[in-house]
Amino acid sequence: MTADQPLVLGIETSCDETGVGIVRGAELLADAVASSVSEHARFGGVVPEVASRAHLQAMVPTVHRACAEAGVALADIDAIAVTAGPGLAGALLVGVAAAKAYALALDKPLYAVNHLSAHVSVDLLDNGPLEQACIALLVSGGHSSILRVPRVGGLELTELGATLDDAAGEAFDKVARLLGLGFPGGPLIDRAARDGDRDAIAFPRGMTGAHDDPFSFSFSGLKTAVARWVEARQRAGEPVPVADVAASFQEAVVDVLSAKAVRAASEAGIEYLLLGGGVAANSRLRELTAQRCERAGLRLRVPRPKLCTDNGAMVAALGAQLVAQGAAPSALDVPADSSMPITEVLS
Amino acid sequence: MLALVLDTSSAAVTAGLVEFGAGVDPVVLAERVTVDARAHGELLVPSLQACLAEAGVSISELAAVVAGVGPGPFTGLRVGLMTAAALADATGLPAYAVCSLDAIAAVHAERDDLLVAGDARRKEVYWARYRHGRRVGEPAVAKPAELPASLLAGTDAMAGAGARLYAGILGRPLLDGDYPTVAGLAACAAERVAHRVPDEVLTPLYLRRPDAVEPAASKPVRT
Ligand SMILES: [Zn+2]
Repeated sequence: MTADQPLVLGIETSCDETGVGIVRGAELLADAVASSVSEHARFGGVVPEVASRAHLQAMVPTVHRACAEAGVALADIDAIAVTAGPGLAGALLVGVAAAKAYALALDKPLYAVNHLSAHVSVDLLDNGPLEQACIALLVSGGHSSILRVPRVGGLELTELGATLDDAAGEAFDKVARLLGLGFPGGPLIDRAARDGDRDAIAFPRGMTGAHDDPFSFSFSGLKTAVARWVEARQRAGEPVPVADVAASFQEAVVDVLSAKAVRAASEAGIEYLLLGGGVAANSRLRELTAQRCERAGLRLRVPRPKLCTDNGAMVAALGAQLVAQGAAPSALDVPADSSMPITEVLS
Repeated sequence: MLALVLDTSSAAVTAGLVEFGAGVDPVVLAERVTVDARAHGELLVPSLQACLAEAGVSISELAAVVAGVGPGPFTGLRVGLMTAAALADATGLPAYAVCSLDAIAAVHAERDDLLVAGDARRKEVYWARYRHGRRVGEPAVAKPAELPASLLAGTDAMAGAGARLYAGILGRPLLDGDYPTVAGLAACAAERVAHRVPDEVLTPLYLRRPDAVEPAASKPVRT
């Protein structure tokens, strides 16, 4: 292998997507994803056992798809990277077992990496190298954090703030259910909001008071406020303007997310703001953050929406950075860690 | 010919390296068995690696992978099946499935009528009946007290972690061998490995549906 351009296969199974990606250095060669999302829809959320069964079934075919897409053979792979956590314990275990077996059989090093750090690192595949520190806004169904990242794909990062209750993506799911839009909520709210007026209803902006932590989030109050508003309309026998509720709710979420992330970068004197995680696929978050970065003189880095949601390419991208930096591989007895701390990039 | 043999359908993490040949009994060259129901994911691959190292065998010398496919608690079971499937995929080797209860029964093949019961948790057992070493019907899951009376009346012995756990209820003479062994797994796969029969899909024997409840339909939103 060329030390700085390793060919890395990445495996992701932390939730309901079986992702297998292949990169060469920071070049994306394949991004194969098999999703079990349709099997969860009728339950209104991801059922861990259903997800784990689907991962086992989908893994080998998804590896084959990725190899075919990349035009490489498994024997060509220089290293295997896998999401070790955080995520659903049983689901993680399937991906970690697969990664260890591929590493053993191919006699290649294993890198058991952090899912959240992978969400940040995937940006390199779309936007090229970043030779300086950035602030990352990481928003997904399980996490909402503002991170200080000295080097994308590096072993160190600091969390400046996180959500105190629901993750942003969780709030999208709950409000989507409330509005009868279905699951998963993110894309459905995004779509419904396009026909709505985001200023129609003034929903609360959590954690924006003078004494609140500048970089922490809270979305459970917002979710309750939306529920109350909808109930009041229903009680009064009035129709619920779904598009307006969706647009106003979405605005309340992305307003707080983007304002705090921009403030973090400005206060730290860091020029780059990076968006990652499933909620970073939200069109209004991308739009509003771009406007605010422009106004604040910041440069925004955000991957294409397909790379924001869970995938194996992001895991491979982080793995390739770690290989290139000469990081020590993981031992083959490394556990899956459902509550892996955000600051632990490699275990 | 050499094969890796593994099973994670019980509290034991079982790994072995076995030599197979046509017309001869399989020979266990190395095995690692650790009873730790929460460490399948950590222990399995290092155990396989240790077996290979102990016997001085490399992956390229292998001819097959044999895996116990349950029934067993799901999370641990999947570790073994995913490992076996990925090993087979990466090496191009055939994989062979063994019902894990059959592997327990295989070391008691001389028994006329045997009940094998694994621990299915939730106060249930995974069970199957064996007559002269052959399984009668498909494995099933049930509360020990609800096994058919005719089954208990007919069997002259029982084995497995579930049999030990509920020995008082099941009431048949208990044999040694709570978990599938490398030798038992190898015996069940011996003919297929030795005759290089076609590759098999490793389908887990879950025997239970996932726990999941559909939420009560929320009142439709009037728009
Ligand atoms: Zn994610």
